Amino acid sequence: MPFEYRSDIAHADVAFDAWAPTLEELFRDAARATMEVMVENLDQVRPAQTLELKLEQENEEMLLFDFLNELIFYKDARRLILLPADIEISPSDGGLTVRATLSGEEIAPTRHEMRTDVKAVTFLRYKVEQVPQGWRATVVLDV
Amino acid sequence: MNVPAALKRISDTLWELPMSYKEGMLVPARIVASEKLINEMDAGVFEQVSNVATLPGIQRYAYCMPDGHWGYGFPIGGVAAMDPRSGVISPGGIGFDINCGMRLVLTNLTAEQVQPKLHQLVDRLFARIPTGVGCHGFVKLKQDDFRTVVQQGSRWCLKNGFATQEDLDMTEEGGCFPGADATHISEKAVERGYNQLGTLGSGNHYCEIQVVQPQNIMDRELADAFGLTTVPNQVVIMFHCGSRGFGHQVATDYLKLFLSVMERKYGIKIVDRELACAPFHSPEGQAYFSAMKCAVNMAFANRQVILHRIREVFSDVFHAAPDELGLRMVYDVAHNTAKLERHLINGSRKELLVHRKGSTRAFGPGLPGLPECYRKTGQPVIIGGSMETGSYLLAGMSTGGDAWFTTAHGSGRTMSRHEAKKNFRGDKLQREMEQRGIYVRTDSFGGLAEEAGAAYKNIDEVVEATELAGLSKRVARLVPIGNIKG
Repeated sequence: MPFEYRSDIAHADVAFDAWAPTLEELFRDAARATMEVMVENLDQVRPAQTLELKLEQENEEMLLFDFLNELIFYKDARRLILLPADIEISPSDGGLTVRATLSGEEIAPTRHEMRTDVKAVTFLRYKVEQVPQGWRATVVLDV
Repeated sequence: MNVPAALKRISDTLWELPMSYKEGMLVPARIVASEKLINEMDAGVFEQVSNVATLPGIQRYAYCMPDGHWGYGFPIGGVAAMDPRSGVISPGGIGFDINCGMRLVLTNLTAEQVQPKLHQLVDRLFARIPTGVGCHGFVKLKQDDFRTVVQQGSRWCLKNGFATQEDLDMTEEGGCFPGADATHISEKAVERGYNQLGTLGSGNHYCEIQVVQPQNIMDRELADAFGLTTVPNQVVIMFHCGSRGFGHQVATDYLKLFLSVMERKYGIKIVDRELACAPFHSPEGQAYFSAMKCAVNMAFANRQVILHRIREVFSDVFHAAPDELGLRMVYDVAHNTAKLERHLINGSRKELLVHRKGSTRAFGPGLPGLPECYRKTGQPVIIGGSMETGSYLLAGMSTGGDAWFTTAHGSGRTMSRHEAKKNFRGDKLQREMEQRGIYVRTDSFGGLAEEAGAAYKNIDEVVEATELAGLSKRVARLVPIGNIKG
């Protein structure tokens, strides 16, 4: 399992651990964990629209923070449920750059089982670290 | 049991972690709770309220209310007053949902009159007030108009036919925190929020139809003064929502900004990144204060246009004008704000920046800033319980000065959302609630399961603790009969 929700570090909010062999896969899994808080049947979201995203940050931690917040932004601003189709993370002058193609569709209440809104990624217990098996993140979402 | 050994009992409802509990504490940390509630308190509350006590400029005590639970930065239920000259402002002391708050609205209808039309009412409210994840509002605005809304709050609603002057009078600061300047908000915040005016949201946000049963009136005189006893088994409406994606984005923007300048520019070290802060009198601190006021005003306007919709729905269903149905606001209370207020400290009155996160201002009788009609009674305090268990109307007390005239805001969670979803099923819960006389409509059975009554503390114990602590006096218990939930 690429991510697991945790009940032990936040009651009103939603916490999860994600882990993956590569940073790109970690971003993909953390994105899925974030969107699944809001959409029960994420597999029913069709890739009807795509959107190119490019973000730059000083390190992996802040890059994932911005990346997840971007998905939350599109949910409010354009009612879009998006997941990364392709992700590429590379070193850049400012630190790290993520280029991603996000794909998904507008919320369709008849087909999508919606759950609870995610307001933001918080810094509570927030961690992105390299481990012997690859990468690991702990994220607490404010809902 | 999570209670730290260092916790001292000050009284039946007051507990203290001394400054020696943690390195860097500038004041003791105090928790308002009964013995039962303190024994059930999250470990996170002790950790977080003592972290708050380390923030520069904090005065007297860091507080947590009896509904307190694990938040981020501050615990939910946290209260801290900073000296604005030497202290900081912290988005973590306000929360992402800036000015999430509650409104209580009277009717002159009885439960007997409403019951035959209850399903129709709830269904119409559910259809007319957008709820759930990613919902867009019924007030269509251009982005520039939205900038005006966030600067004017309820005043914009008054100008545009969504409010009466009396509504504004019954809202903190007349429904508009002065000093909101839209130049301090990001394009992203505007883009995220401009189409959400008139939306309830999801999670613990709801609109509920309730009954004031005669046996649940604890203080007849105050209930009379708040308009709660005009008819027997009076029906009232309570709703809970905030500044939606706009406020969330303002909080995220400034949390990041503060993290980038806090240590480098101002030399402030903190124990938890969620306590990121900036000196109140710094360009960043003042910009956030102004942006936060924009989010406060967005939430006031949001609740105001929702009230307008509620009036329309009741008016349609009962074929009578809102005035004839007595649809008047008791009050609007804010949960997540920071505000400059004057309080007594060491014998003299001083201006303080009071952070309240998941807690309610509860001004006692005679305090300035209350509407004329509540000067003698103290401020109405609206405490939302879980959707299954009922809510309360209370009044601020003159003895609440130590906690900066603040009280609880709700029940407070005891079970994580994830655990609640494992223990309850939304569709089953909906059927069981209907059998118990509560008709609920929701966008999400998963979301409904997360809000099950058993996931929350006992509301009766929470409000009793606030009364025994001298923070807020019980006026009436309100029993739910209908609910719409995001």
